[in-house]
Amino acid sequence: MSDCHDTGQPKINLLPNPNILPPRPAAERPIIVAIVGPPNSGKSTLFNRLTGLRQKVANFPGVTVEHRMGKAKLKSDQEVFLVDLPGVYSLNPRAEDEQVTHDVLKGERPDFPKPDAVILILDVTNLGRNLVLAAPILHLALPTLVLLNMADDLAQRGGRVDVGALSAELNTPVALISASKGTGIDRIQQFLLGTAARLNAPPARIELPILQDVPKCRQWAAQLGTRASYRAPAPPLWTRRLDAIFLHPFFGPLIFAAVVIGVFQSIFSWAQPIMTALQDAVTISGVWMTHYLPDTPWRSLLIDGVWKGVGSVIVFLPQILLLFLFIGILEDSGYLARAALIADRTMARIGLQGKSFIPLLSAYACAVPAVMSTRVIEDKRDRMATIMIAPLMTCSARLPIYTLLIAAFIPNTHILGNFLSLPVAVMLGLYFLGFAAAVVVARVLKSTILQSKGSSFILEMPPYRWPTAHSLSLRVLDRAKVFLRRAGTVILGVAVGLWVLANLPLHNGHVPALEHSYAGMIGQAIQPLIKPLGFNWKIGIGLITSLAAREVIVGTLGTIYGIEGQETSQTLQAAVHHDLSTAGAIALLVFFAFAMQCLSTLAVVKRETGGWKWPIFQFTYMLALAYSGSWLAFHITQHFTG
Amino acid sequence: MPSGHSTLADMTTGQRCILDRLDLPDDLARRLMELGFLPGNEVTLGRRAPGGGPRVYRVDGSEVALRNETARHLYVRRDPESDLVVLK
Repeated sequence: MSDCHDTGQPKINLLPNPNILPPRPAAERPIIVAIVGPPNSGKSTLFNRLTGLRQKVANFPGVTVEHRMGKAKLKSDQEVFLVDLPGVYSLNPRAEDEQVTHDVLKGERPDFPKPDAVILILDVTNLGRNLVLAAPILHLALPTLVLLNMADDLAQRGGRVDVGALSAELNTPVALISASKGTGIDRIQQFLLGTAARLNAPPARIELPILQDVPKCRQWAAQLGTRASYRAPAPPLWTRRLDAIFLHPFFGPLIFAAVVIGVFQSIFSWAQPIMTALQDAVTISGVWMTHYLPDTPWRSLLIDGVWKGVGSVIVFLPQILLLFLFIGILEDSGYLARAALIADRTMARIGLQGKSFIPLLSAYACAVPAVMSTRVIEDKRDRMATIMIAPLMTCSARLPIYTLLIAAFIPNTHILGNFLSLPVAVMLGLYFLGFAAAVVVARVLKSTILQSKGSSFILEMPPYRWPTAHSLSLRVLDRAKVFLRRAGTVILGVAVGLWVLANLPLHNGHVPALEHSYAGMIGQAIQPLIKPLGFNWKIGIGLITSLAAREVIVGTLGTIYGIEGQETSQTLQAAVHHDLSTAGAIALLVFFAFAMQCLSTLAVVKRETGGWKWPIFQFTYMLALAYSGSWLAFHITQHFTG
Repeated sequence: MPSGHSTLADMTTGQRCILDRLDLPDDLARRLMELGFLPGNEVTLGRRAPGGGPRVYRVDGSEVALRNETARHLYVRRDPESDLVVLK
C-alpha cells in the first residue's frame, strides 16, 4: 500500500496528502487509535491535548477498569477516536488493568473493537526503562507511532537521542515531543491522518526478546538505547533540592500540614465571596421572575421547584472547582506523591497506606472522583477499605445543610477568648467527626473482612514539574461539566419530582396543604422511625429527597416552607425553628455527617467494585452509623439543653 | 563483605549497592523488576520519609519508594568501589 515503509526515516513525514485519497465508505466503523504508555509518561496530558474536551470516561463492562474515549479532529475534517488505556509497565496479563490493555490491543474483548493503530508514549528522560514496553507493543504488529515525551526535560538536562536511528531500529516511526508544551504534536496529526486513510503499515518484523523475561527485555531496551546514541539526562537537580526540603525530617511534615490546611483555608475564604454573589443572583432572579410571570402552578414549579432546587446546588460550584484546581496543582507538580510518602506511616496505623491519602483528600470535595482515584492503590483490600470510608469525609455537598443549621441554631458566641467562635468550632467538629468515623471504620474493616497480610507500598516519585495552565484548566472545566450535568439531571429531577409530590393530589382543584400532599403522606409514614432522633415528618421529607444528593435537603426545605422574598436563607433559618429543637438540629447534623445520601457515589462505587455487594454494604453501615449517632446526639444534647 | 545476607533495609542513606535477588512473591517481584529492581542493577539509598516511613531508592534512572517490610526482602551486595556517595 505504501512504500514509505522501507526508508528508515520517520514515515509520517512521507505520507501523501490524504485529501486527494478516495474517502472511506461511510458504513465502516470509526477508526480507533489506542494510546498506551507506562504510568507517569504523560499519557493523559497527550490525550487531553489531542482531544480537548471532546472526551468521555467509560468503563469496560464486568471489570473495574476504566478507559477514556475522545475524538481527535484532524486537519482533513476526518475524525479519529482515541482511546486512553490504563498506564502499564508491560502487557503481561497479571493485574486487571494490564489484562484490559492486553485484551483491547489484541482485539480479544467482544465489547470493544480492535484498534487500528497504536500510539506508544514513553518518557524519554528514562528511555532504557520505558522502551521495555515497546517490545510487547511491537509484537502486536499494529501500525505504531512511538512518541518520546518530555523532550524539553531531556534537552534541558543535557540528554539526547537519535530519533532517526531509533526509528530504524524499531522499524516504526518515532517522534520527539513535549505533550505539556505542545511541541511535536503536528507529527501525531500526520500519523492520525495516515491511519484515517488506512495508509500506515504495521511495523516490519524485528527481533524481539521473550516478553515474559523482564531482564532480557530490559537488556534489549538498553541495546536499542545505545544504538540510538541515547545519552541519559543529568539527574534532576531541582527535584533533589526540593526533596531535601519537602522530605526533611522536621520541615517536611510541617510543610505537609501547611499545604493541607492552606488548601482548606483558601477553599473556604476564597470561594465565599463568589458563593455569596451566586446565592444573591439566584435569589434576586427568582424574585424578579416571580414578579414577571403570571401566578400559575407553572410559576411555582419553575421558581420553587426548578430554580430554588437547582440554584441551591449551583452555589457550591466555585468551592468544588477550587478544590479540584488545588488537587490538580498538587498532582501535576509531583508534590502529591511526596504527600503520599509522608502520609504512609500515619495511614499504616489505621491499616491503610500512603496512596489512600490522595483519594481521601479529594473526598473532601466530592466522593465520586475520590472513589475513582483509588485506582492508584494496587492492593485490592486497601483499595476497597479506602472506597468504603471515602464518603465519610466531609464533602462539599454537606455544606449547605451544615451552614443552614449552624446559622439557625448555634449562637455566635466566642469560646477560647476571641480565638474561636462557637459556629466555627461546631463546623470543625463536624469535619473531625467524619474523619474520626473514617479512621474507626477503616481499622475495623482492615482487621476483619478486609484483613491483609502486610500490604506493600510501591510508589514511583516523579520529578517535580511546573503544572501547565492548559492541563489545569482542562481538569477544572471537566469537573465543572460533570457537576453541572449532575445539577441538570439528578438534582433537577428530584426538585421537580418533589414539587409534584408536594402539590398533589388536588383538593377541589386546589393545591393541598402540605400534610395532605403525597410528600406529606410519605413523611408521615416514616415519622415513627425518625421521631426518636428528634425529627418530624417535614424533616422526614427532606431525609428522603436527600437520599439522591445531600445538598437537595436545603432546596426541599425551601420548597416545603414555600418561602418567598429576598432573604431566602434568613427566612429558612427562622422556619426550621418550627420543626427542630436544638437537640434535633444537632442530631440532624450528625445524621448528615454519617449517612450515605448520594446516588452518584453509590453508582460509582458499584462501577468500581464491579457489583452491588459493596455499595449495599456501604449504604447499610453508614445508615446504621447515622441512625445510632444521631440518636445519641439527640439524647445527649437534650439532656444538657433540657 | 558478607554477600547474600544483607538486604536493602540494612543499608543507610547515601549507600550504594548491587541488587542480588528478590525474595518476594512472583507478582510483587515482577512489579519491582519492571520498576528497575533487577538483579545486577545498582541501587542508591535516598531519603527516608519523615518519622521512619518508606524510603526512596534510586534505581535504573528513577526514584521509587518502598516500605521497609518490602526492602527487607531485596538482598544486595555492597558496591566494592564506592560505598558512600554524597546525596545532592
